[in-house]
Order: sequence, then structure tokens, then C-alpha cells
Amino acid sequence: MVRIEFLGPIQKPAIEMEAASLAEVAKTLQQDPELKPWLDNSAVAVNDTLVSGLETPLKDGDKVSLLPPVCGG
Amino acid sequence: MLELYDGALDVPALLKRWYEEEAQSNYGAYIPFVGTVRDENGIDGLSFDIYEPILIRWFDDWQASASEREAKLKMAHSRGDVLTHESSYIAAVFSPKRRVALEMIDAFVEDFKASAPIWKYDLIDGKRVYADDRSTAISGSGILAGGAQ
Repeated sequence: MVRIEFLGPIQKPAIEMEAASLAEVAKTLQQDPELKPWLDNSAVAVNDTLVSGLETPLKDGDKVSLLPPVCGG
Repeated sequence: MLELYDGALDVPALLKRWYEEEAQSNYGAYIPFVGTVRDENGIDGLSFDIYEPILIRWFDDWQASASEREAKLKMAHSRGDVLTHESSYIAAVFSPKRRVALEMIDAFVEDFKASAPIWKYDLIDGKRVYADDRSTAISGSGILAGGAQ
């Protein structure tokens, strides 16, 4: 299982799913209409490292985080 | 050094302590940037969420690049609510040379705005309203939206 965390304003509890790659996570999350606008503008981290492609492999226990648009300061 | 606090920052105390910490370090320049919450659009203040694991990595990367230029960065940020006229953010550069410090405070604060995993909300009538109009998508955002590759 991998754990998906939604950070900041997404306001959605974390979920767990079976997925061997980020592409599989994307497929599942795209089914949720509430998440659609966030998928368009969120960055993605795997185990707290930002990633740039869906080919990123996932293994049991990995954490995937969605980071929506930021504004510190 | 990265410091996170619940609520508003104590600006005089932080600037004084940072000054004293480096007073004998032979830096020729100390340039602080203090961010203050402005009274505008009827807000009572701002509120912040922080994702610390990635913020710490982001800051450590910056500290490493400052170190290559013999400079040092310090930063403090608030979690939770900060009222108008209070401070939520202080960044500072210490450097042997003023030019390095002036350039670095500019680049550091700009990258902070674009990349640091911190989310801002307006405080209006006791509610937190996400400041989406002032927020910036982190570089590389949107990969999950495009469908399976």
C-alpha cells in the first residue's frame, strides 16, 4: 500500500491504495471530481522529495504528497 | 538556521539574537527582510500551514549554496494565525561582502515565495479562506492531471 497525503488547503484526509507507480495513483485520483482542480495545479512529492514525472516507481510504504499552490511570508 | 513559531514572530528579539549570534563571525553584512501582515481587504490577519519535511530540505539546499559563497542564511516563519501589523516571516543573510548578501536576500525571498511549502489563508470573520489568488504553483505541478503515461 502507498499512502496519499493532501496538503494545505486541499482539506481531504489521507488515503491508502495499491499502486506500483505514480501513473497508477494519477489514474485513481482522476476519478474523484473534487480533486480535479487540485491535480491541475499541485506538485507531487514521493517520500518528501519533489518528482517531475509519472514514471516514478512506488513500493509498499511509500508516501505520496500533493502540494497545492504556495504562498509563504 | 530555520525557526518555526506558533503565531506572530517577536521581531526585535529575533533580529537581536541573530545579530548577537554572528557578531564575532567576521561577516561584513547582515541583511534582514521582515514581512509584516498588512491591513487590507478587511482581513483580521493571515493564517499559515507549513509542510515541514520539504521546507527543511528546501532551506538546507539554500544554506548549502549560501555556504559555497561564505554566507549564512537564517529564517523564521509563523504557523497558524498572525494578525495585521504583526510579522509572520523574517529572512536574513550574513555575508563577508555586501554584494553577495544583497543578491542572495533577493533570490532567497523570491524562491521562498515560489517554492516553500507554506499555505496562506486570509482570516475573515474568524474563518480561514485560502489565498488562492496570491498563491503560486510549485515548478513541475500538474503531473497527476495529465493521465497515465
